[in-house]
Amino acid sequence: MKSAILQTATRYLLPILLLFSFFLLLRGHYYPGGGFVGGLVASIAFVLHSFANGTENTMKILRYKPLSLIPIGLAISAVSVTFPLLLGFPPMTGLWFEEPIPVIGMIGSALFFDLGVYLVVIGVVLTILFTIALND
Amino acid sequence: MIDNHILAPIFVQLFTAIIQLMFWRKTLTQRYLSVGGSLVGLMVAFRLFGRVKESGILTLNAANWDAPFGIVFVADLLSVTLVLLTSIACFAVSIFSSVGLSRQRMLYGYFPIFHFLIMGLHGAFLTGDIFNLYVYFEVIIISSFVLMTLGGRKAQLEGAVKYMAMNILASMFFLTGIGILYGITGSLNMADLSIRIQEVQNKALIGITSCFFIIGFGIKSAVFPLYYWLPSSYHTPPSAVAATFGGLLTKVGIYAMLRVFSLIFVPDEFTRTLLMVIAVLTIVTGAFGALIKTNIRRLFSYLIVCHIGFMVGGIAMFSKIALMGAVFYLIHDIMVKTNMFLIAGLIRQLGGTMDMGKLGGLYRDYPKISLLIAIVLFSLVGIPPLSGFWPKIFLFQEAFAQHQYFYVAALIIGSFVTLYVIAKMWSEVFWKNPPAPEEMENLFAPMPPYKRILMVLPIALMALVTLYIGLNAEAIVKVADIISTQLIDPSAYIDAVLGNKTD
Repeated sequence: MKSAILQTATRYLLPILLLFSFFLLLRGHYYPGGGFVGGLVASIAFVLHSFANGTENTMKILRYKPLSLIPIGLAISAVSVTFPLLLGFPPMTGLWFEEPIPVIGMIGSALFFDLGVYLVVIGVVLTILFTIALND
Repeated sequence: MIDNHILAPIFVQLFTAIIQLMFWRKTLTQRYLSVGGSLVGLMVAFRLFGRVKESGILTLNAANWDAPFGIVFVADLLSVTLVLLTSIACFAVSIFSSVGLSRQRMLYGYFPIFHFLIMGLHGAFLTGDIFNLYVYFEVIIISSFVLMTLGGRKAQLEGAVKYMAMNILASMFFLTGIGILYGITGSLNMADLSIRIQEVQNKALIGITSCFFIIGFGIKSAVFPLYYWLPSSYHTPPSAVAATFGGLLTKVGIYAMLRVFSLIFVPDEFTRTLLMVIAVLTIVTGAFGALIKTNIRRLFSYLIVCHIGFMVGGIAMFSKIALMGAVFYLIHDIMVKTNMFLIAGLIRQLGGTMDMGKLGGLYRDYPKISLLIAIVLFSLVGIPPLSGFWPKIFLFQEAFAQHQYFYVAALIIGSFVTLYVIAKMWSEVFWKNPPAPEEMENLFAPMPPYKRILMVLPIALMALVTLYIGLNAEAIVKVADIISTQLIDPSAYIDAVLGNKTD
């Protein structure tokens, strides 16, 4: 499906959707959103790009295989779960910095857990969709 | 007592799996990581077992939320014993699969999924929250679907469809049961449920809810009317996978039954009769199914069903001695059944097939390996003083005391049929003259020596554990004694979880 309108729109939509997915990720702890939804939106951005420009081109702008995001995301989540053990708390305890950081807001171990989920979701969704697309 | 480190066995498996995912398609590294991770997991499990045996029940409040509001993990002696046995089995299977599995399967991520499966098993044993138990059941079955279909042969897919359909049905019943239970009591913490369920007036509703759990766990542990998925799927995956499944997965169902029936639905007359009927029929159908099978792994699958009945019968009698028998049998069964499937894999390497009619003469060619296998087979049958013998004493004793003569008869039939089919298998596979040398394809002899050693080593390791269980039965009886006391009187468990908040 080659369409000039879609290709032009995607060029602007891709960064906006990625920014929006990041916004959803950061906002997720107290409001609707979070790593899972953020990851889905981010992968939709790439799927849209692959519709407009072909799967090979999308893989080119990604540089790395989406499969490699899965262990990285899992590792970030797992570390954020086990990190409180080092400070003598039970696993999964929420640890927070005292002061909020501008733009991002409060940073805590829950944010890193969500970041891991975000990466795993992008990795899984893109791996599945690219595998299907390249088989056709 | 609160201990923040009881989840260590889970984390060891989790991190092993994650690091293996980072080495995707590098199968040699994954093999080293798998064996190394399993070894670390085994040591951690030993330490946890020692601590719990020394200082009693340990708990952990995840995310620092106090019970009964947060998810609580509880390591009592039953949990840590099973974690320890799972770790031993995991270690043996991971060595075996590093040489006994085709590279093709490893490329598609056998090892990471295997460790996720073990993580799920550890989690199911350690959790103290019934919904969390469901979540770990899901981790287990999703991993097992992948392991079962890896390789994608037609027979495998056929087995996997049956397996998947039945297990999803089981999860549905389990989840519905949890939903109703939460609706009645407003709690998911098992210790808290144990207290609240006694205050519920509507006993009939509780009885119906317990039936949901019986069906759900019954499908998982393959009891009488719900067992048929097991023999039709367990012979399809490679032996290393079948060993994990046969040795551990059905036993999770038995563990869940022990936990739920000791804490939440303390069996009344009706439940006991129901479980007893199920147990007797399971033993008899499993035994008769085993009689006619000529494929070694199908034979073992029916023996799994048969022996699950022994344990369900122990739960049905629900007294201290009966539970001691059931727990001891569980300990023995995990070790022996895992080993049986590894042996089936070894026999396949030696003879190129698993059909008893086409095998023969293994004793003549490999006397030492045959003797090693004989130890395991004798333990399975329960020749005194090996490990299968001791738990049966307790089960017989209690069955006579409670006048459960059908169960006694079923135990005798089950034991004799096991003896008969194992003797038949021994004479067919090991003593009979080989049919014709060109028909038997020996895949074992051309392997390099270190691979041959690595293939026999896990079997020898688990045979040693089985021998220890049999010859040092006193130690196991002591452990089973403490476990059954905790199961009969769960106040120690409840106190450990809820502390002084029970007032």
